[in-house]
Amino acid sequence: MARLSGLQRNVLSLYRQCLRAVKEKPRSSQDHFRDFAREQFRKHQHINKKDFGTIEYLLRSGTRKLETWKDPEIKDIHRG
Amino acid sequence: MATTRALARLATRRTAVRPAFVSRGFASVTDTHAREPVSKIAEKIVPDKAADVTPESKTSTVKDPHPGKDAKIKTFHIYRWNPDEPSAKPKMQSYTLDLNKTGPMMLDALIRIKNEVDPTLTFRRSCREGICGSCAMNIDGVNTLACLCRIPTDTAKESRIYPLPHMYVVKDLVADMTLFYKQYRSIKPYLQRDTPAPDGREYRQSKADRKKLDGLYECILCACCSTSCPSYWWNQEEYLGPAVLLQSYRWIADSRDERKAERQDALNNSMSLYRCHTILNCSRTCPKGLNPALAIAEIKKSMALS
Repeated sequence: MARLSGLQRNVLSLYRQCLRAVKEKPRSSQDHFRDFAREQFRKHQHINKKDFGTIEYLLRSGTRKLETWKDPEIKDIHRG
Repeated sequence: MATTRALARLATRRTAVRPAFVSRGFASVTDTHAREPVSKIAEKIVPDKAADVTPESKTSTVKDPHPGKDAKIKTFHIYRWNPDEPSAKPKMQSYTLDLNKTGPMMLDALIRIKNEVDPTLTFRRSCREGICGSCAMNIDGVNTLACLCRIPTDTAKESRIYPLPHMYVVKDLVADMTLFYKQYRSIKPYLQRDTPAPDGREYRQSKADRKKLDGLYECILCACCSTSCPSYWWNQEEYLGPAVLLQSYRWIADSRDERKAERQDALNNSMSLYRCHTILNCSRTCPKGLNPALAIAEIKKSMALS
């Protein structure tokens, strides 16, 4: 695999953090959270890898969302 | 030594000399010629592809739908960016309004645009009288509260409205204040005491002690000063910025607070406080007419003497 740029590593690290956070959730809803995280990343998969501003913005907002969803009070997630 | 000199300079400015920026009326922009918006100049010096803003010449102009007879038409260029389309560039959108049908303040113009012209325009607003600090933005190159800034009646000049500079943008004119509030929390902005009041009633203070808080307690944390400070732009992560330091001094100066030493200790490093280089943009821009630079100099003085 080609060497990854710093930004690409940051994205992968955020994705890993999301998957790890999923394991903190109750067993029954883990699938929902995992699907949600995957969907959020897939949604922006098409973005040009040189579009740094956009990727940095998505990273920031993603980190913010992760902090919100990490709250142990949030037990399940449903998508409309 | 440098600290006391700066302090002396600040003190004389405050009382004796009274330069133009002290006597300037509340937040209204009078000479729009003098200052180009900082972001505009920066765009010319460092052409950053990612942060490129599509200029108003390349976007459409939305006209006032109901201009009256002999309308006074003024053009507003407003920064627009929509997070739902993250790969789209930010752009300057132009709006024209009939000033005869618009209130006197910038906020009135923004609210009229949102109500009658373009409901997608996003900005924070609440009290519309300069006491909540929500509508802080960069108008004609000066950070100010939209509700305290008069629309220049000269219709030949066009007004430019940007979000607060060097802050992450949430949408259009809404800046992300998370870090600013986090910094505010870090200075523990509340009374810290261990001993109860001697007579078991409220904590009293003398009139002289109360007087020390004048010019400090009026701060509404609009972040106009912090975001006008170049030092804060480059060291946002570590330097607390004028607004938060003013608040910090408000608690250091409070005669009822018993943690003065701890508060000073927390600031005693090279970044938190000493990144202030007395640029004085903060005092110049403050829409409430306060003097954060003086408060910072007072902290420096009290730390030098203790």
